Amino acid sequence: MNFKRILAVSNKEFIQIRRDPRSLGLAIVIPILLLLIFGYGLSLDIDRVQTVIWNQDASSGLARDFLLNFKNSKYFKIVKYTDNYRDIQHMIDSGEALMALILPKDFSHYLESGKEAPLQLLVDGSDSNTATIAMGYVRSVVANYNVNLLADTLARRGFRPARSLEMRSRVWFNMGLNSRWFIVPGVIAMIIMIIAALLTSICVAREWERGTMEQLISTPVKAPELIIGKFLPYFAIGFIDLFVGVLMSRFLFGVPFRGNYLLLIFLSGLFLTGALSQGILISTAARTQLLASQLATLTTFIPTMLLSGFIYPIFNMPQVVQGVTYFVPARYYIIILRGLFLKGNGMEVMWDEALFLLIFAFAMLSLAIIKFKKKVF
Amino acid sequence: MFERIIAILIKEFKQVLRDPRMKTVIIISPIVQIILFGYAANKDIDFVPTAIYDRDNTKESRQLLQRFTYSKYFVPKYYINTEDEENYMLDKGLVSAVLRIDRGFGRDIKSGKDASAQLALDGTDSNTAMIIAGYANTIMSAYQHNLFQADMDSLGLDFKAPGVDLRDRAWFNENLISRNYYLPGVIASIVTIMSLLLTAMAIVREKEIGTMEQLIVSPLRPLELIFGKLLPFGVIALMQCALITTVGVLWFHIPFRGSLALLVLATAVYLFTTLGIGLFISTIASTQQEAMMSVFLFYMPTFLLSGFAYPIANMPQAIQWFTLINPMRYYLTVIRGIFLKGVGMDILWPNFLILLVMGVTVITMSALRFRKKIA
Repeated sequence: MNFKRILAVSNKEFIQIRRDPRSLGLAIVIPILLLLIFGYGLSLDIDRVQTVIWNQDASSGLARDFLLNFKNSKYFKIVKYTDNYRDIQHMIDSGEALMALILPKDFSHYLESGKEAPLQLLVDGSDSNTATIAMGYVRSVVANYNVNLLADTLARRGFRPARSLEMRSRVWFNMGLNSRWFIVPGVIAMIIMIIAALLTSICVAREWERGTMEQLISTPVKAPELIIGKFLPYFAIGFIDLFVGVLMSRFLFGVPFRGNYLLLIFLSGLFLTGALSQGILISTAARTQLLASQLATLTTFIPTMLLSGFIYPIFNMPQVVQGVTYFVPARYYIIILRGLFLKGNGMEVMWDEALFLLIFAFAMLSLAIIKFKKKVF
Repeated sequence: MFERIIAILIKEFKQVLRDPRMKTVIIISPIVQIILFGYAANKDIDFVPTAIYDRDNTKESRQLLQRFTYSKYFVPKYYINTEDEENYMLDKGLVSAVLRIDRGFGRDIKSGKDASAQLALDGTDSNTAMIIAGYANTIMSAYQHNLFQADMDSLGLDFKAPGVDLRDRAWFNENLISRNYYLPGVIASIVTIMSLLLTAMAIVREKEIGTMEQLIVSPLRPLELIFGKLLPFGVIALMQCALITTVGVLWFHIPFRGSLALLVLATAVYLFTTLGIGLFISTIASTQQEAMMSVFLFYMPTFLLSGFAYPIANMPQAIQWFTLINPMRYYLTVIRGIFLKGVGMDILWPNFLILLVMGVTVITMSALRFRKKIA
């Protein structure tokens, strides 16, 4: 391996990238756009659930008091009071309302006579997650109301209120339950994966497609030198993206960084090496840019979106799929990023994830070199 | 004119499918995605890995623990005995929650005092943490209710509490299966990315290789060239739509309650927009790399702000307005309406109308620009 030759190759690559400033620009703009969308636009917190209400017991103060609990809650947004079923059906069909509450005619009568008053809740279940959460909100409003009603009733009969049991929930790492803190570190991993694998896969495939790869091969440059030289500039771009991502997370989105920056740089370097090598491996196998881009999307982008724990909790997946996630490098990198940002973890906690990243980087780099050698000779 | 369109159509098909690996990718890619979305994209929070730290170890604490372990929500993964272990479990992410019952819990309950248990949650995933806290509260209330009833019984009092009895029912997706929500959306995602990427890259490729010049000097008129170039990708996207629908309905048992013809019509109308944008990108990009990056630049916000995985109603107001010009948003509404709600034109017509207007506008503008570029 000759250092000079590596530099020569990366120098050539740098010049090529510089000549195509639009691609370079996009490699910086796309990450910024993604961070902005995820940071500002997407919220996993569900509030202002659009609700339509049909109060058949409208003349009763008790029913109105009960509904105040919904009106005054930030979790619900009452879009309409109606007096017929057709309205409800239409609003849920067309998506204007997510749920409907129906109070029966004798709602207050039931309660006043010490019975259970039925309350009907209709939810658009299409988005099951949102529906489940919305139902949970309603349940807790009702449970609260019932506890108060019970205490009132007992007090009126001269009993002391029942003892209360309390579940004290203490939230670690993210006391404000800010979903942005959860998403943003994951976005950094996704960006690095997209930029690294997509960009390199296509840039190497281009040389094959245009035939300039033959020229490179006929020079004295050896396969490992060629590959390392090719990915150095992209390594630099990846680090710029990482830098931009961390800056935006800290200062724009206010995500804390509780870990060690050196560790972040070192582990990101490992992940980036693996991702770039994977890109080169793909393009050596594909040889055309169209196929390379498809393969890269399929093997890097989609697993990173779906199987890394970025959004969807891994513990909810079927056992087989959970097994597959062990082969998704972004899984480890996301654990590391969240550990560094939110938990302030050090190597003593994350050593096994770091080890996996090391194996990933080493395996991908070797595979890329072997495959490349085979194609060439 | 028709013959010439067909000629270029055949050429284009041959070119895309000449590489057998490309054929495989076109079929495999949707299947992999639908399987992943079907099995992995699940936001329902069940089986929360939990560590249990029982410092009280009385009949009452065990009763409470039993209620946790018998619920389908909590899975006791570890039983721990020290605070250090509690810290480690959460730091390492081995569990999402630690249920801790301190000494005195059973004694307080027996003597009629207020008592509490603690739940330490990994708040990294705020959404999950909030849902778990809700589950725990519900279990605790049920336990309290039970104790209260037992007290009343032991006093020999016949007392039934008044209260509101919630009867909830979910429409369209009665068992609240997230897969039913995501899988129809996969159609939108794949149709979008495929039609954009194939169109933009294939056209730029011809520019890059220089074969575009040959096509231009041929007797083809620009409009024929455009049609012939776009149609095959439209056909491929439609076939992928059919493939996903088939797998979704047969393998994942996604309900399909609406009209198949309407789905095909919606896809065809939607394709005007995406093919048009692909064509537009091909006129500004000079290399395939640039084309691909531009496609991603367009696709990511379109996908993320479509309501595919993140409800539009939760977005900030300004972004909600912005989604009004997102074609995928309307297409998704139509697809989900057809699959889950079984609604027809009477409800979906505004979405169709918007898609049609967008499609015609985009494709006309792109075609004009393309013609100017090659003329």
